[in-house]
Amino acid sequence: MSLVSHTTPKTVAGRFVQGLAAPFANMPWSVTVAVLVLVTVALVTVFARMILPFEFDQMDLRARLAPPVPMDGSSLIHPLGTDKLGRDVLSRLLIATQTSILLALLGTLIGAVLGTVLGFVSAHFGKWVDEVISTLVDFQAAMPWFIIALAVLAFMGNSMTVFLLLMGLYGWERYARVTRGLVLAAREEGYARAVHALGGKPRTIYLRHVLPNILSPLIVQLTINFPETILFETSLSFLGLGIRPPMTSLGQMLGDGRDYMITAWWLAVVPGTIIFLTTLSMSIFGDWLRTRFDPSLQD
Amino acid sequence: MSLTYVCWKLLRAVVTIWLVVTFVFFILRLTGDPVAQLLPDDVDQNTIDHYRRLWGLDQPILVQYWKYITALFQGDFGISFRDGQDALDLVLSRVPKTALLGFTALAFALVFGIPLGVFAALKKNTAFDRFVMGLAVFGFSMPNFFLGILLILGFSLHLRILPSSGSDSWQHMIMPVVTLGTSFGAQIARFTRSSMIDVLNRPYMRTIDAKGAGTSRKLYLHALPNAAIPVVTIIGLKIGELIGSAVITENVFAWPGIGRLLTFSVATRDLAVVQCILMMIALTMVLSNLLVDLLYGWMDPRVRVGTREATSR
Repeated sequence: MSLVSHTTPKTVAGRFVQGLAAPFANMPWSVTVAVLVLVTVALVTVFARMILPFEFDQMDLRARLAPPVPMDGSSLIHPLGTDKLGRDVLSRLLIATQTSILLALLGTLIGAVLGTVLGFVSAHFGKWVDEVISTLVDFQAAMPWFIIALAVLAFMGNSMTVFLLLMGLYGWERYARVTRGLVLAAREEGYARAVHALGGKPRTIYLRHVLPNILSPLIVQLTINFPETILFETSLSFLGLGIRPPMTSLGQMLGDGRDYMITAWWLAVVPGTIIFLTTLSMSIFGDWLRTRFDPSLQD
Repeated sequence: MSLTYVCWKLLRAVVTIWLVVTFVFFILRLTGDPVAQLLPDDVDQNTIDHYRRLWGLDQPILVQYWKYITALFQGDFGISFRDGQDALDLVLSRVPKTALLGFTALAFALVFGIPLGVFAALKKNTAFDRFVMGLAVFGFSMPNFFLGILLILGFSLHLRILPSSGSDSWQHMIMPVVTLGTSFGAQIARFTRSSMIDVLNRPYMRTIDAKGAGTSRKLYLHALPNAAIPVVTIIGLKIGELIGSAVITENVFAWPGIGRLLTFSVATRDLAVVQCILMMIALTMVLSNLLVDLLYGWMDPRVRVGTREATSR
């Protein structure tokens, strides 16, 4: 199933729409569904505060542990039920999704920028700089980063900066590795040499010419890293070490809901499902992107 | 595989462990006085001073570091702040349970992942292939803590056929092993498939066909050994991830291993125990990577003769 038909639209607007949809043509239905989920998650991330039915931390002790709508005793006021303090699960879910996605985005971006820059630096300067960065890359890959993050967070306490830093440092080495290899290869190619011969400064060559050419493998790396960063955050928050009350994230909600599995299973299942759907959609979309960027994988 | 190659790898392994130990030492010391956090608020200064002296926390940090490192070489990992037990003994007493869980989950992942990956590759682009790969995407996208909770809801609370926590019998192992092994198995399946497809497309497979070798001979003698090389590498790379998941899995199922001890010690700020566990984990990771490197060298003749290109791939 594809989103766009292949007949040429008659109106300008129609052509414009088709132009926008062109990259999504010939998408398998699973990818279409994945993209729809990701778009929904993105919209929630942006508009969570506006579509909130209740304040996410507003308590109502008389309406504690109300079940979600299709179940007995539920009410439309709290479509996804309430938690142990009578807080609206839907509202909490929206804010939690926003927090988790924003954190994962920031963490992924920090790692991507840091890794890419170090990859460029490593490839440009070579010699001892390259040695040092490559060694750092190897060490980062050999460290049990999740476990170290867990210990650091437990001892450092509730600090958002530290948490973000730990997330940013998670996975940077992969971008560095990819970038370094690609830049080294790209430098030997005709176009980079041509710009160099025309008197282009290294910065111009790297930013205007090499970077756009190596962008697609980096984006693919991004799609691999993003779900992993979500899992990194949610796992730590699940253990009670990442995002802590009064703030909430999907992992924190799930960890909280775990204590009520007998009486209120939805408290754990609802946020868990959102995490799962997001990482699943990102993986499906990433796989599709990878085969599109690299046709050799298409067999 | 030359001696220099092995020595270089060994040296790197030692330096990595040293880096982890140092990093963790300073980070954890910088986060405040563990004594103040451990003792109740109303104890007098003398008691605090006593414990600070007892644990050597009154000295400058570099002196503490030096003492810590030299003690490590004598096998002294310090004592648990909580009950005065030897930290190493405490950690080692938990190792068997974690090893049992970890190795069973690894076996589970390999037993399911490799055959499924191989068959998916052989039946490339059929419904079976698509089904297996779809399953694999589900498998590795599923957060293990959520899978664990779903299993508990289904099999312990709803069907009431499996225990939700503890480690007394083989029934206790089923859900933790599935929780820990699923994501790993899914990744192995995907990797085996692409590696297998890659090998099957190589020119030497056509040579083997031309020689008139039977299908099973072709598969077991030529395709599988070659496809196994990258799969072994990926197993090595993912060991760290497996350990991280084990911590979560042990917490979900109250499995009395290293992971539970870690979250407990971290919560009670038991510095010596946390450090000991982190060092053990780093050691495990580094050793398994080393093992994979050596195995890789043994399996891949290009590495054995020491071509730099093949090793740095």
